[in-house]
Amino acid sequence: MAEILLEARKVTKIFPLKTTWTRRLQVAAVTDVSLSLQAGETLGLVGESGCGKSTLGRLLLALLPPTSGEIWFAGRNIFSLSRSELRHLRRQMQIVFQDPYSSLNPRMTIRQILEEPYIIHGLGSKTERRDWVASLLHDVGLPAEALHRYPHEFSGGQRQRLGIARALALKPHLVIADEPVSALDVSVQAQVLNLFNDLKGKMGLTYLFISHDLSVISHVSDRIAVMYLGRLVEVAPRQRYGQRGLHPYTEALLDAVPVADPAFRRPVPRLQGDPPSPVQIPPGCPFHPRCPEAEAICREVVPEFRPVAADHWLSCHRR
Amino acid sequence: MAGKYLQREFWPRFRRNRLALSGLVLVAVLFLVSLLAPWLAPYDPNFIDINAILMPPSSSHLMGTDSLGRDVFSRIIYGARISLKVGFVAVGLATLIGVVLGAVAGYYGGWVDNLLMRLVDLMLCFPTFFLILAVIAVLEPSIWNIMVIIGLTSWMGVARLVRAEFLSLKEREFIQAARALGAKDGRIIFRHLLPNALAPVMVSATLGVAGAILTESALSFLGLGVQPPTPSWGNILTAGKDNIEIAWWLSVFPGLAILITVLSYNLLGEGIREAIDPRLKE
Repeated sequence: MAEILLEARKVTKIFPLKTTWTRRLQVAAVTDVSLSLQAGETLGLVGESGCGKSTLGRLLLALLPPTSGEIWFAGRNIFSLSRSELRHLRRQMQIVFQDPYSSLNPRMTIRQILEEPYIIHGLGSKTERRDWVASLLHDVGLPAEALHRYPHEFSGGQRQRLGIARALALKPHLVIADEPVSALDVSVQAQVLNLFNDLKGKMGLTYLFISHDLSVISHVSDRIAVMYLGRLVEVAPRQRYGQRGLHPYTEALLDAVPVADPAFRRPVPRLQGDPPSPVQIPPGCPFHPRCPEAEAICREVVPEFRPVAADHWLSCHRR
Repeated sequence: MAGKYLQREFWPRFRRNRLALSGLVLVAVLFLVSLLAPWLAPYDPNFIDINAILMPPSSSHLMGTDSLGRDVFSRIIYGARISLKVGFVAVGLATLIGVVLGAVAGYYGGWVDNLLMRLVDLMLCFPTFFLILAVIAVLEPSIWNIMVIIGLTSWMGVARLVRAEFLSLKEREFIQAARALGAKDGRIIFRHLLPNALAPVMVSATLGVAGAILTESALSFLGLGVQPPTPSWGNILTAGKDNIEIAWWLSVFPGLAILITVLSYNLLGEGIREAIDPRLKE
């Protein structure tokens, strides 16, 4: 068993919305999530929009404080560290964002953007930093002329490469990729995904890959975690997802993956409607209002997240 | 850093706007005039010629003379210096206060933000001009006092603007990225947030210069601003008021000077706003 790099223990994040005299509105974005990442693996995190995937990603990087629960990185509880210890730890964990148009400072040149990580951590001399920046550009497949340009002079795919270069500047162990390709054209998506794969091999990275797109997730992941309304409903190795006996929500998601065959006629979709608002999460299993197999117990008791086979966890009364 | 942006994006758009360009030219001319006042003015602005009292405009006195026989044209040229000085110092002070308080409020949020914004509300409740009058009545009416007081009473707009910019920029992913890289607050504020928030501040500062010049003229007109014999457009107007039936030139020329100056700053400010906007929409 490989070493565990990152571990979330019963992490919950609640955002207050509005407090009135009579009641308090809040959003439970992430509820009771326990998850671990082994060094060197790629874990895919999939779920509908608004299910708390990105919030979980931000919690794992200490960009947001959790309401309760702990997050351990390389054997240390990251929320018990002092500010300077945490700043130091950030060298080892980085993030790539969804929107390549808002993730680069429009007033800085590419050189300034890529040099900043080293300046922040006081690494290298001026000439060393210039060399490092040049090799970063090379690693992500951009020409050296890019150095003196501004972000708006690049296409979406190129900007995403720049975002990846910035995340890799400090040679991190863990990279969280938050919907890194969903803003890109499909043809560019494949290139960027391949870049992620190449870099993983070259630098020995561990990825948490967040996406709402199962085909993207299954292309890159070793294990896949499925999230619904702030809770994990299933975690299993990728191969497991071809078989039956999965959580009903996972099965519905798999059924909904587009098939590249114009003659293919889809069976009646299993899932109707939208997920309930995270402000009012249904009692019992949060999935029961949309679940085709729901029974009485599902409406009352929150199912436990439990192992059903080696390395396969799910939370469902019916499985 | 900003040079390339100015040259490639800002200037081409700005240049197409004729009104803005004329505003820029007029502002530049005013600068030159106040810089070169000793060489441009045909007379000493305080030279009293009792043989030439209240002379109408002529070839020897382009804008006539006042009740003490001083050359109005020379006094207006020297008055430009006062206006410019007041405009820039007052607006500089207001912008500095506004940027600092707005940045702190927007970045830290919470009770700090609440406190600062209530202070802004409080300051906006005062009828500013009467506040200035009251303060000047207690203090000495000198040009420095006027500049400082105008500055201290006109920072609220800038503070609100910077705060709003910070609030929206703070959520952008490049700020999160900087935080994930381990950047400290100071770096995030000065390297990432401020450069992206300054464009609207430039516009409001340019428009603010016009406002400050108007306030100074009004104060001087009321005798609470720049004190005679130092020439200012406002106190030339006061003299004009006393002689308006017999010497129209004493009111018309300083009035025109104020009008043209304020207009050119407003045109310049609007021009900058329009040249920046399309980029903000993108």
